[in-house]
Amino acid sequence: MFPAPVPESWPLSLRPIAAMGRVCLDVVSALGRFGTFFGQAVGFIVVPPFKLGRLLDRIHFIGFRSLSIVLLTGAFTGMVLGLQVYLTLVRFGSEAYLGPAVALALIRELGPVLCAVFVTGLAGSALTAEIGIMKITEQIDALQVMALNPVRYLVVPAIVAGVITFPLLTSIFDVIGILGGYLVGVELLGLSPGTYYGEMRTFVTWDDLMTGYWKALSFGIIVPWVCTYKGFYCGHGAEGVARATTQAVVLTSVLILVWDYFLGSVLP
Amino acid sequence: MIQIRGLQKRFGSQPVLRGVDVEIATGEIMVIIGRSGGGKSVLLKHLIGLLRPDAGTVTVDGTEITRLRGAALDRVRERYGVVFQGGALFDSMSVADNVAFPLRERSRLGAAEIRGRVQEKLDQVGLSDMGHKNPAEISGGMRKRVAIARALVTEPEIVFFDEPTTGLDPILVNTIHHLIVDLHRKFRFTAVMVSHEIPEIFEIADRVGMLHDGVIVEVGPPEAIRASANPIVQQFIRGDVETTAAGPPSERGRRA
Repeated sequence: MFPAPVPESWPLSLRPIAAMGRVCLDVVSALGRFGTFFGQAVGFIVVPPFKLGRLLDRIHFIGFRSLSIVLLTGAFTGMVLGLQVYLTLVRFGSEAYLGPAVALALIRELGPVLCAVFVTGLAGSALTAEIGIMKITEQIDALQVMALNPVRYLVVPAIVAGVITFPLLTSIFDVIGILGGYLVGVELLGLSPGTYYGEMRTFVTWDDLMTGYWKALSFGIIVPWVCTYKGFYCGHGAEGVARATTQAVVLTSVLILVWDYFLGSVLP
Repeated sequence: MIQIRGLQKRFGSQPVLRGVDVEIATGEIMVIIGRSGGGKSVLLKHLIGLLRPDAGTVTVDGTEITRLRGAALDRVRERYGVVFQGGALFDSMSVADNVAFPLRERSRLGAAEIRGRVQEKLDQVGLSDMGHKNPAEISGGMRKRVAIARALVTEPEIVFFDEPTTGLDPILVNTIHHLIVDLHRKFRFTAVMVSHEIPEIFEIADRVGMLHDGVIVEVGPPEAIRASANPIVQQFIRGDVETTAAGPPSERGRRA
């Protein structure tokens, strides 16, 4: 959104400063709105009535509809990892560590991050577009005048569904990725199955699994939060919805990487 | 009774409402007329609590709603039905589910009773066998009627209509107006309608208010509005071309 223009009555020398000030105010105001939006949603999560039907619908919307893309990308991510890590390890005579290398990369980093990015592209963008269209066609106003809070009705089920589905989708992504790595490392490049899985059991710890789980869980909050927020505050008309959808995907992807780094440096 | 006192609203530096004063009596059909972009829908959004005024008050049966929030505002809204300009039907639901939606979410009625109430409302708006269709599969006029059925299914005391006939052909305009009058006779709700369907609304309104330049310039029964000496009202009713310093468009064309 562009800031309001600086009045022409202002002295020319002060206008750039005033414009910067307005941009800062707009950014602070948007951050406040973003935080308040989330706070309101969290408040409704713990206060009845709970919309079980809406929750199941959102689980289907975010989880089930993303399943095919998660399976496909998970398999190829594991296969690419298997190939590239094998080619690197073989130079050091350490190809026996292919299993744990693939598993650790997937469980700790690539599984949660890539899964979240792909689900953002598929379900997150659809969430933004759906809510954006509801906004510009007055459907959100209709909910309000029916004495139904649109945040409770549209945002809370999406966030709860994200918390439920993201760890599950990430687990599927990890398992399929490890199988993809197995396919390349064992079936194509000749590593023994015992070495692939045996070394994995030795090196992958409970902490690694929990790191991946916390990441997936937090992405399950970030993705629906940002995507529903962008839909709620989209601009006018089709262009406004299109811009909001693009912004939602870009902002969510950036936040996923930033938050991944932060968690990666904090978690064991 | 709805009382609007000194209602003011500006968006940025643009004043839209400059002090609206009007009263709407219980059980009447009040039509707010005025030019497009004149603030009619903004006024309506203040009445249903979607916008907050910069100054002034809206009082509904003694409750000042402009300062209400959350559950307190919802309690007032539970007495409302609203027909939006574009219908605002939920496109992910069928026609019957749209009409049933307020009952499912707000009432404790059983599924069978809700089905009965929905069918009754669809019958009343002449869409008995359209319940299974999606809003995208029906015409604009039908969508307006579904919106009316949804607004009335909870049997509200006050119904707001935001340009319910915009974009419809003259026959459909009259059909929708007659439907509103019939339903009003039957259920005796207070109706507040924003419209610029001149002269059709004179046939259905109990009173008409003319909103111009952010204020109500004239209010009264249809015959009084028709006979008004106010040139702004007469220009709007007759649809006279607006003249500027350069003269009317036709003359400007001739000069060029």
